[in-house]
Amino acid sequence: MFWNVTKTLLIGLESTFRIFALTLVFSLPLGLLLGIGSASRWKFLRRIIMVLVWVIRGTPLMLQLIIIFYGPGMWLGHNIWGGNEAGRITATVVAFSINYACYFSVIFRGGIEGVPVGQREAGQVLGMTKSQIFFKVTLLQMIKRVIPPMSNEIITLVKDTSLARIIAAQELTFAGYSFLKSAGLTWPLFYTGVFYLLFVGILTLLFNYIEKKLDYFR
Amino acid sequence: MAILEVNHIEKHFGSTKVLKDVSFSLDEGNALAIIGSSGSGKTTLLRCLNFLETPSSGEIRVRDEVLFDAARSAAENERNLRTKRLHFGLVFQAFHLFPQYTALENVMLAEQLLAKERPDFKADRKQILEEIRAHGEQLLDKMGLANRADHYPHQLSGGQQQRVAIARALALSPDILCFDEPTSALDPELTGEVLRVIRSLAEQKTTMIIVTHEMAFARDVADQVIFMDNGYIVEQGDPRQVIEHPREERTRQFLAR
Repeated sequence: MFWNVTKTLLIGLESTFRIFALTLVFSLPLGLLLGIGSASRWKFLRRIIMVLVWVIRGTPLMLQLIIIFYGPGMWLGHNIWGGNEAGRITATVVAFSINYACYFSVIFRGGIEGVPVGQREAGQVLGMTKSQIFFKVTLLQMIKRVIPPMSNEIITLVKDTSLARIIAAQELTFAGYSFLKSAGLTWPLFYTGVFYLLFVGILTLLFNYIEKKLDYFR
Repeated sequence: MAILEVNHIEKHFGSTKVLKDVSFSLDEGNALAIIGSSGSGKTTLLRCLNFLETPSSGEIRVRDEVLFDAARSAAENERNLRTKRLHFGLVFQAFHLFPQYTALENVMLAEQLLAKERPDFKADRKQILEEIRAHGEQLLDKMGLANRADHYPHQLSGGQQQRVAIARALALSPDILCFDEPTSALDPELTGEVLRVIRSLAEQKTTMIIVTHEMAFARDVADQVIFMDNGYIVEQGDPRQVIEHPREERTRQFLAR
């Protein structure tokens, strides 16, 4: 029974990991763009991003997930996600990517604004182009500033994947819960905690490593 | 012949006038010291020369080429802005070294980036990079920092950081090297080592503009002194005359403090 449960949970973990990884792939660049936009001189752009971030951070992720998954079927008359598992995962990734991009954008903006103006000016005076200044001067200093708050958000994301259960995506918590429904077993649900702990443990080690790597400058 | 001519520069921030009808010229190989109290417009003037601020009116010429003319369109003033910038080097009060690079990397970075745009870079990559490294090492050596080349900025004292910053500014061989209060962020013990470096640059006939509060240094090193107050040039001329026998009452008040 134990191996049976473990096997099922591992399949759930695969979906959890897929949601996690794909969300990062999309939300990190999107968050960076929104962060750059919200630090821009263009007031109109800043306003739009401000409203978007307010709405996304101001409503529950679970509600956003429900709207993204059921909304098209209710209002457009057909379910664009399809009824299968892949469709549910896709909808989850879309909802999560938008949500996390908004949180990341605030962190990135802090990182951009945290680099002293003098760094950019020193680059300008040396005849560097805007993109040279960004990639050769500002970016690494920004990454260094952004890593600690980023690790917080990314660890939260691991556990937020369990929200996908609400649209019946078969991730880790869904898999654990299924034994409660089918066989009245509670321990598989508690057992999922071990998987989350290991997942987060590995991430923590990874972030410690990156922080140490960037420790050579201040 | 004048290498730099500044004609009737004005700069307003909103309704505040920071520079008022500033005109002067500087001969090649000469050092110009700009003195005056805080808020008199000295730093803004340097920032205008380095295109970190755009003057509201006036004209800047280097070697008779008009780099900036407020009468022209913004687009024309910004054309080839990078090339125009390279006529000037700037050493900041707060150094602004790039923290993620070593002293040597700080000095080499701009030159490496420019080299990448050369058509022959791909073919002669190795040789070009070696030349840049040799040049960077030579500049650090000149600053007395040969043994600090592989140190990161945070491992260096303020005086050493400022000398790296001077080497970095010299790397692209600017026509005119500007210093914005280069010793104001240093404690008195470290001031001397930076002033010594600037003095030796003056002896090698580097064209320089030095904004400074070190009166004795300005008197000894500069060929020409400008005293600024409230956005105006109040008095300019020979350092001994301006600093020791000022004509203007305002200059006398400032120097008496």
